[in-house]
Amino acid sequence: MEEKLTLFKNRKRFGIEKNIDIIFKNTALVLSSFVAIILLGIILVVFFQSFESFSRYGLKFLVTSEWNPVKDEYGAFTAIYGTLVTSFLSLLITIPLGVGTAIFITEDFVPKVFREIIGSFVELLAAIPSVVLGLWAIFVMEPFFRAFFVFLHNFFGWIPLFSTEPTGRNSLLAILVLVVMLLPIVTSIARDSLNQVPKKLRNAAYGIGASRWKTIFSVILPAALSGIMAGVLLALGRAMGETMAVTMIIGNSNAFSWSLLSPGYTISSMLANQFGEADGSQVSSLFYAAFVLMILSLVVNIFAQWLVKKFSLKY
Amino acid sequence: MNSLYYQKRLSRNIGDKFFTSLSVICALIAILPLIFLVTYILYKGGSQITPELFTLEPNPPGDDLDAGGINPALIGTLIITTIASIIAIPVGVGGGIYLAEYSKGGAFSRFIRFGVNVLAGVPSIIAGVFIYALIVSTKILFGSMYSGLAGGMALSILMLPTVIKTTDEGLKLVPNELRYASLGVGASMYTTILKVTLPSAFRSIATGVVLGIARAAGETAPLIFTALFSYYYITGFGDLFYEMGSLAVLIYNFALEPYDAQNKLAWAASFILVLSILSVNIFSRILAAFTEKTKRV
Repeated sequence: MEEKLTLFKNRKRFGIEKNIDIIFKNTALVLSSFVAIILLGIILVVFFQSFESFSRYGLKFLVTSEWNPVKDEYGAFTAIYGTLVTSFLSLLITIPLGVGTAIFITEDFVPKVFREIIGSFVELLAAIPSVVLGLWAIFVMEPFFRAFFVFLHNFFGWIPLFSTEPTGRNSLLAILVLVVMLLPIVTSIARDSLNQVPKKLRNAAYGIGASRWKTIFSVILPAALSGIMAGVLLALGRAMGETMAVTMIIGNSNAFSWSLLSPGYTISSMLANQFGEADGSQVSSLFYAAFVLMILSLVVNIFAQWLVKKFSLKY
Repeated sequence: MNSLYYQKRLSRNIGDKFFTSLSVICALIAILPLIFLVTYILYKGGSQITPELFTLEPNPPGDDLDAGGINPALIGTLIITTIASIIAIPVGVGGGIYLAEYSKGGAFSRFIRFGVNVLAGVPSIIAGVFIYALIVSTKILFGSMYSGLAGGMALSILMLPTVIKTTDEGLKLVPNELRYASLGVGASMYTTILKVTLPSAFRSIATGVVLGIARAAGETAPLIFTALFSYYYITGFGDLFYEMGSLAVLIYNFALEPYDAQNKLAWAASFILVLSILSVNIFSRILAAFTEKTKRV
């Protein structure tokens, strides 16, 4: 026995092969740490570039809405407000639509073949580039909704949100484009989490006499809630950072207005519009705005991951 | 006696009918615009397709009626996406190999997996801002500012999380028995990975990577101030260091032009972009479904 062990110990690999093995492992290690390096790099670079503006305006930058390269006065309130309003309102429309569609796909209202076709079709739409959606919004959606916007203004003009004459490009259009963009995300994640709810739960609910929708509302949706919430948060992150479609349709105006029917701004559309031609302290202010956007989306994303970990299904 | 039969007027049955129709309405509202969107793009863009489109340069916007073609943008998209793939695939596959094969679930790998998810959520325009600050404004690439190379780098940041994730998840699906068998006959770790685990996970990794490339090809935000745009043919290797056009930026620029000819060019470019992205997606879906059926357990 002992003899065998020493024999075993003495059988070493050739030096070259062993070295290759070590090199291979360490290369993989270095490559995997690239993610962390890039992530930290992005945060640090954007922070340091915004430092000049940060030290000059401080937190005042977040609550003033003057954006004047001539007078060198910068405040990003309009853009931050626009980012938050467009993303939250679009989610408000998307959540019921997306979850409703997901329920339609996971329940057996129509034969499975149709449901699968609808499901994969919705997923395919997530692949359409946002710049194409923007093009579509300019030439198809805007004319389509024009009469509706006029109607909104005429009958609901007393609500501050609809208090201005509708312009060709406005925040409400941006919200509607975002709805089209977010629907596939929310639907497919909600569908996945609904599918993951064990059949046992459904059968138990049916067994004690619950109707179909009683089962959905009291058993299935609560069980899938954490997954759906995480999907909603991911969609929120996407909505905040979405650039092209919004830039093309929101009208890009820094004049603050409560009305959704007037042109607006988001942080990302401000970056897309001004970054190329900016110079001097405007660049630093744009970096500051980018930093705000990054922090917003980081917080949303990290919260989504925490939610998944904390409340993932335990059956 | 009556209670054995389905009763229409029972409040629970009325409620069920109501919610069922509500969810059908939701599905219709969700799907109809999407069907309309795709058919409109394919119809409107498809009607603009001519042979010259693929060979000519776009004319600068102006009063002349002929808009020219999209050749430089088409080639530019191919080049920029290739650059992004050359950077992101080796780094991503290598990183994925480390996470799936070497890491033992410690703090480092948990941190990297967390970082991958966070990086996947970073807005695409931030990637553009980052590359602008790091490469364009510093002129670090042999004194060139806006360049196709910088655009490719910005895109690679967006591709990287997708590639790492699909590699990591694809390798985790490979049964451990294969690894034990290979290590048991005396193969070293790198031989096991390169000859056994990577090949058996190849299809799922390839599908994920191809989908990531397709997504990157349509990204615009990272390119508008890294690669910028160019109206001229790409003639040689040196053009990598100058402004480079791409289909996505062409759509953005020409959609906002007031001239009809440029708008039409934008539609044609959308047609090509959407058609190629959708066909890549459908093809890899079919491939994935096929693999699922024939998978050995």
